[in-house]
Amino acid sequence: MNRINQKLAEDKKLLSIYFTAGYPALQDTVKVIQDLEKNGVDMIEIGLPFSDPLADGPTIQESSTAALKNGMTTTVLFDQLKDIRKSVTIPLIIMGYFNPMMQYGIEEFCAKCQEIGIDGLIIPDLPVAVYHEYYQETFERYGLINVFLITPQTSEERIRFIDSVSNGFIYMVSSASVTGSTSGFGDTQESYFDRISNMNLKAPQIVGFGISNNETFSKATKTAKGAIIGSAFIKHITNNGIDCIGDFIRGIQ
Amino acid sequence: MNYQVNEKGYYGDFGGAYIPEMLYPNVEELRTTYLEIMNEPSFKKEFDQLLKDYVGRPSPLYHAKRLSEKYNTKVYLKREDLNHTGAHKVNNTIGQILVAKRLGKNRIIAETGAGQHGVATATVCALMGIDCIVYMGEIDITRQAPNVARMKMLGAEVRPAKSGSKTLKDATNEAIRDWINNPVDTHYIIGSAIGPHPYPDMVTRFQSIISEEIKWQLKEKEGREHPDYVVACIGGGSNAAGTYYHFLEEPSVGIIAVEAAGKGVNSGESAATSQLGKEGIIHGCKTLLMQTPDGQITEPYSISAGLDYPGVGPLHSHLYKTGRGEFYSVTDEDAMTAGLELSQLEGIIPAIETSHALAIFNDKKFKPDDIVVISLSGRGDKDLNTYIDYFKL
Repeated sequence: MNRINQKLAEDKKLLSIYFTAGYPALQDTVKVIQDLEKNGVDMIEIGLPFSDPLADGPTIQESSTAALKNGMTTTVLFDQLKDIRKSVTIPLIIMGYFNPMMQYGIEEFCAKCQEIGIDGLIIPDLPVAVYHEYYQETFERYGLINVFLITPQTSEERIRFIDSVSNGFIYMVSSASVTGSTSGFGDTQESYFDRISNMNLKAPQIVGFGISNNETFSKATKTAKGAIIGSAFIKHITNNGIDCIGDFIRGIQ
Repeated sequence: MNYQVNEKGYYGDFGGAYIPEMLYPNVEELRTTYLEIMNEPSFKKEFDQLLKDYVGRPSPLYHAKRLSEKYNTKVYLKREDLNHTGAHKVNNTIGQILVAKRLGKNRIIAETGAGQHGVATATVCALMGIDCIVYMGEIDITRQAPNVARMKMLGAEVRPAKSGSKTLKDATNEAIRDWINNPVDTHYIIGSAIGPHPYPDMVTRFQSIISEEIKWQLKEKEGREHPDYVVACIGGGSNAAGTYYHFLEEPSVGIIAVEAAGKGVNSGESAATSQLGKEGIIHGCKTLLMQTPDGQITEPYSISAGLDYPGVGPLHSHLYKTGRGEFYSVTDEDAMTAGLELSQLEGIIPAIETSHALAIFNDKKFKPDDIVVISLSGRGDKDLNTYIDYFKL
C-alpha cells in the first residue's frame, strides 16, 4: 500500500507542509524534510521550482526564483533525495508544473520517483482529462498517486469525475485565489467545505490555499481529512531560517 | 493536411489547455460558447460595423511600386498600420470585448509587452464603458512610457508585473493570476494567438479579416484571389495567423513567417523560437518555446518589444513542424535597415515588428512575376525613440 493511502487511513487530521526544494539554500532540501518529520508533520510536498508558476502567489514564486538561482534543477533534486528513504518514512509528494517534468521525460520522471520513494505528484497545470487519457497508466505503473485540485467553482459533475480518477486524496482549494493570498475563512468557505463533505466522495479531501495558523487549520479540518500549509511556512523559514521549524509546526497543531 | 484546430483544441501536436483547475470554469465557458457567439447574426453585424466605422476597415492593399522595383517582384502591403490605434491588435480586442459583453462580464484584464495590445484593449473598454486593468512588466513600463500614458488617458489601470523577469511573460502570468482571483465577473483578453484553447483559434478568427480582405482586394487588382506568398512577422503570431488564415488550405500560396533573431540566432540574445525552441508548455498551451534543458522558460531578446515572447502560437508551431510555413529569422540590424528603407522608398514608417517582415528580401529571392503580400502590421510612431537612438537621427 502506498504511504499516502496508509497515512489517509490513520484516525487523525493530517498536517501537510509544502516547501520549495533548494530554498533558502540549495542544500537545505533534505534537512527541511527531516526536520518536518521530526516535528510531527504527516506529509510533505516538495516543490520543484518553475520559472512561471501560474497558480502561485508572490511568496512561492519568489522562493522558486531564489531556488532556481541557487542552482536547483530536476536532476539536482533527484540527486539530493536519493537516500531520503533511509531517514524519512512519511509520505513525500513532488509538486511542480508540467513543463519541467515533460522535459525530463514523463516515463523517466516517474521511474526516478519510484526509485527514490516518492509517493505522489501534484501538477496544477496537468488537466485531469489529459492525465486520464495520456499519463494515468504510466503514473500508476510506477506506483504514483496523482492528486487533483478542486475549487469552489468546480461543478459537481466534474468533482465526481475527479473523484473517480483519484487514487489518493483530492486537493481542495479553499477559495478562488492563487496561493498565499487569503487570510482567514468565512461563511463562504465553511459552506463550501460542508457542501463537498456532503458529497461523500471516495477520495478524502485535504484543504490547501489560505491556511496559515491554528485557526485556519482547525476550520479547514472540521470536515476535511487534513490541510496543507505552503506560503506561511515559506515565510517562516524566510524570516527565521530553517533551524526553528518546530516553532512553526507547534503553532499549528 | 488540416490547419484548423481540432475538437480537442490542437493543431497537430500543438495547443490544448494546460491550465490549473482554478481557470477551468472560465476557459470551459469560453470554449463551449465562442463559436456560437461569433456566428450569431447580431454579433457579426456589430463586429463588422465597428471594424468599418470605428477601426476604419477595410485596410488598403497597397501596391508598393518602388519597393517592388528594387527587389524585382510585385509587392503588396496590407495596411494594418492604418487601423485605429495603429496596428492589427484592435481587430481582436473589438471581437473579444463583444464576446465578453455577451458573457455578461463587466471587468476586463489584459497583458501587454510594448503596450500596443494594452492600448487596443483600453480603447475598446473605453468604447464600451467597461473597467480595464492592463498588466505590464515593470521594465516595459519604463521602456514604453507613451503607451502607458495612452492607456491611462483611456481610463485603464496599468498594473506593474514585478515578478520574474518583469516583462511580457510575467505580465501574462500576472493577468492569469488575476483571472484565478476573479473567476466570475472578469474576461481576459489575450492579445496574441497563444494561451489555452480556445484562445489561439478565437484570436486567429478575429484576425482572419486580414486575409479575407486580401482575397477580394487582390481579385480586384490582379484578377486572382491567391497571391504567391503571404509574409508576416511572428512574436506570438496574431497578425501572421490572420494574414495566413484563408490561404492555409491553398497550397499554391507560400506562407512565410519572419521571427526576430535579435543579435543573431546563436548570440544568446534572440527571440527566434522556431530555431531555438523545444516543445513544451507555456501559458496553458503546448507549443514551441525557448527554455533551458531543465524546462525553465527563458527570457527572449529582440529590439522589438512586440516580438520578444519566448513562445509562438500553436498554429505556427504546426506550420513549422509540417513544413507548410517557411520560417526565417531577421536580426535587429537587418530589421532596422528594412524599416528605414520602407520609409524612404514608400513614405511609410513601419513598426519595428513589421520591419522584420520587410527584411525578408535579404533572405528570399522572389521571381519577377510573383505576387508577394506583406502584412504591414503596425505603424512606427511608437518606435520613434528606438529609431532615433539607432540611426542617431
